Amino acid sequence: MADPGVAGPRVPAPRREVSAPVLLAVALGGGLGGLARYAFAGLGLPGTVAVNVLGSALIGVLVVLVPRLHPLARPFLGVGFLGGFTTFSAYALDAVRLGDLRAGLYLVVVVVLALGATALGMAVTRKVIGRKETG
Amino acid sequence: MTALLVFVGAAVGAVSRYLTDRFVRSRHDSVFPWGTLTVNVVGSFVLGCVAGTGPTWTALVGTGFCGGLTTYSTFSFETVRLLEDGRHRQALANVVVSLVAGVAAAAAGYLLTR
Repeated sequence: MADPGVAGPRVPAPRREVSAPVLLAVALGGGLGGLARYAFAGLGLPGTVAVNVLGSALIGVLVVLVPRLHPLARPFLGVGFLGGFTTFSAYALDAVRLGDLRAGLYLVVVVVLALGATALGMAVTRKVIGRKETG
Repeated sequence: MTALLVFVGAAVGAVSRYLTDRFVRSRHDSVFPWGTLTVNVVGSFVLGCVAGTGPTWTALVGTGFCGGLTTYSTFSFETVRLLEDGRHRQALANVVVSLVAGVAAAAAGYLLTR
């Protein structure tokens, strides 16, 4: 099973020592993800929506692919890059700045889009993989 | 220069998230994603605190650290996984608690530093 990263296995993993390559992969991925998010910073609120929905779609793709990838793929791409790319804090502060009804609408619309994007990413990737294996 | 601050802040934030999640998982043998909830609420509070400070702090701590510490992708995946496992009430609780606590934390940080 992959490392017990943030997007960890269903069953809580047994305790293991923190490994240097995993920490490095998380740090490098997180830094690069943050930079990629920063590229959207000029767009303001729509930029935050875009990174969060896009990142949620990509995590759906990744979690299905992870068992076939290098052991460092999850810490680098999932915990690191996509975790650093997406942001919950900017989403929360967006809502504070919007205030009132618009905040509630914003919060709900983004969470629905993100959950849908993750589910879609997982479903499409499972389908593609299944087709490859049967075909 | 700003890009470097964002990179360093996000790298430190991501490692902090990873270590926090590990620590929380080692303490709570639970399917509920307490680790992600913790980093998202803490990061929202810190971002509220640094919002409106100078460009250096905003880049390093706000865009960098808080953006790296918090995550929407993992929050979304963990919620979908709860739904797939038929744990609908826990999925709903994760969404409601994350949103309410995250926004309250950001507002508290914002107001406390005004």
